[in-house]
Amino acid sequence: MSLSPDLAPTTTGEDIQNYTINFGPQHPAAHGVLRLVMELDGEIVERLDPHVGLLHRGTEKLIEYKTYLQALPYFDRLDYCSPLAMEHSYVLAIEKMLDCDVPLRAQYLRVLFAELTRICNHMLNLGSHVMDVGAMTPNLWLFEIREDCLNFFERASGARMHAAWFRPGGVHQDVPLKLLTDIGDWLDKRMPTLFEDAISLVADNRIFKQRNVDIAVVSKDDAIKWGFSGPMIRGAGIPWDIRKSQPYDVYDRMEFDIPVGTKGDCYDRFMVRVEEVRQSVRIMKQCLRDMPEGPVLTEDRKVAPPKRGEMKQSMEALIHHFKLYTEGFKVPEGSVYVATESPKGEFGVYLVSDGTNKPYRCKIRPTAFSHLQAMDFMSRGHMLADTTAILGALDIVFGECDR
Amino acid sequence: MSHSAPRYASNDGVADAIAKALGKDVVSIDEVHGEIAVTVVTSRLVEAMTALRDECAYQQLMEIAGVDWPDQDPRFEVVYCLLSLTKNHRIRVHVRTNEDVPVPSVTGIWPVAGWLEREVFDMYGVLFEGNSDLRRILTDYGFQGHPQRKDFPLTGFVELRYSEEHKRVMYEPVTLAQDFRSFDFMSPWEGADYVLPGDEKGEAK
Repeated sequence: MSLSPDLAPTTTGEDIQNYTINFGPQHPAAHGVLRLVMELDGEIVERLDPHVGLLHRGTEKLIEYKTYLQALPYFDRLDYCSPLAMEHSYVLAIEKMLDCDVPLRAQYLRVLFAELTRICNHMLNLGSHVMDVGAMTPNLWLFEIREDCLNFFERASGARMHAAWFRPGGVHQDVPLKLLTDIGDWLDKRMPTLFEDAISLVADNRIFKQRNVDIAVVSKDDAIKWGFSGPMIRGAGIPWDIRKSQPYDVYDRMEFDIPVGTKGDCYDRFMVRVEEVRQSVRIMKQCLRDMPEGPVLTEDRKVAPPKRGEMKQSMEALIHHFKLYTEGFKVPEGSVYVATESPKGEFGVYLVSDGTNKPYRCKIRPTAFSHLQAMDFMSRGHMLADTTAILGALDIVFGECDR
Repeated sequence: MSHSAPRYASNDGVADAIAKALGKDVVSIDEVHGEIAVTVVTSRLVEAMTALRDECAYQQLMEIAGVDWPDQDPRFEVVYCLLSLTKNHRIRVHVRTNEDVPVPSVTGIWPVAGWLEREVFDMYGVLFEGNSDLRRILTDYGFQGHPQRKDFPLTGFVELRYSEEHKRVMYEPVTLAQDFRSFDFMSPWEGADYVLPGDEKGEAK
């Protein structure tokens, strides 16, 4: 039996309607719980509506009911791929309101671990991006590096991911010398070998380029209008990096370059992140070289608790310890907006204090919110399969996006 | 300067330049903790923001935050954090509003404001006039109330569970196994303004 042409479904003369498909919320390429409602014309994306909030846990509300120190671990749980970078904005915001001095060694340690966090985060993102577009091996190799990073976090703070190690006034505990030498060795040998090997598989790979070059081109104007930051704005060709232009801690003493993209497509964003990893290695080596000895937490006993040994000897230290861990410290009235360069972009904390021991309001500025919002215009006119590449290059984590 | 938070260009002369550019739209300009906060007339927000972008070179809108002050008359404060890429400077723009007075939307100036305004609407119930897509964003489909308001309880009103009987997820009123504990840490040691329990007789003498 042969099918006559007028019975074939596409030749009847009727208009073919666009159809809507639902991507996620449980999809391996959605990088978490993202639901995308896509309107397709054949395989071309006509309109895309991201539905977020499936991981909303009310972090900002919870923080209002905790003291400043108790609220700190919530930040680890925002962007769980780069926990220490999240804490960084928060502790700097508190320090800015208290006008609190941070010892130099603590500032170096913070920069060292913030950069280690950046490497850790980019390993996950670069790896999952290449996996989203079909390559398997680099992801496995990059996870080796990520595993090393997590081991370093564990040796410094006792926790692999949720470190809660940056504290207002410094860091919680000093690191052993062996950890620093091990990080130095790792930066010299293991890390570059693994990383360059993995990247050499994809950077010039024909298939990888076909999937990424000229996909979701973002102009400089669009990047500014849509509130881009981090690798997204640098990928669009604007050399903007908060570490460089608004240095915090000891970033002003570090020498590093800011990579920028030339076309603003997914491939540029990928390569910007690759180069950032190399620059992070440079910064970490400088930290290890220049780090002075000394205290790692401020001596101001109204902000930071005394050492445990001291606490067992001195009555005053015991009182300070008790007061800090029950009542906490009070922050002067006012509000600040402090933003740092997290691996994903500008991560800001808008903190309002009413002079008590709890934040009156703590608004978290996630990087993913503005980037994901732009996904609609970035995806229009591209194929359905390109959305995973676009999403991979956005670098989104829902702990942070949904809060 | 002793704290190590991000250091951007100095605030010298910025307040005067903004006051000049915005003219009568400014209510007040404050500088607290080294940050400039400009309060503008709510109805003139769009004009003020356009002037800040075009004349004062604050190209990027990074964040919109809501704050609830239940004791004050215009109850809500909406805070816009602006960033100048060319001058390397940050300011905040504040407007005050009530539940029933909409704030003009800035989506025409910065499209990124779309979701940011949706979030403030979702969390506080502040309306934005001109935002064409003012849906809830972070809370569940069909959620009721505005959770970031100070009079919304931390535990919420409903809780969720999967009902094996009905074969679907259902909402039920919250039941707490123990009372919600919120300690008053505002130290009575530093001079309480009320009579401490047990001290009543001492006061009577």
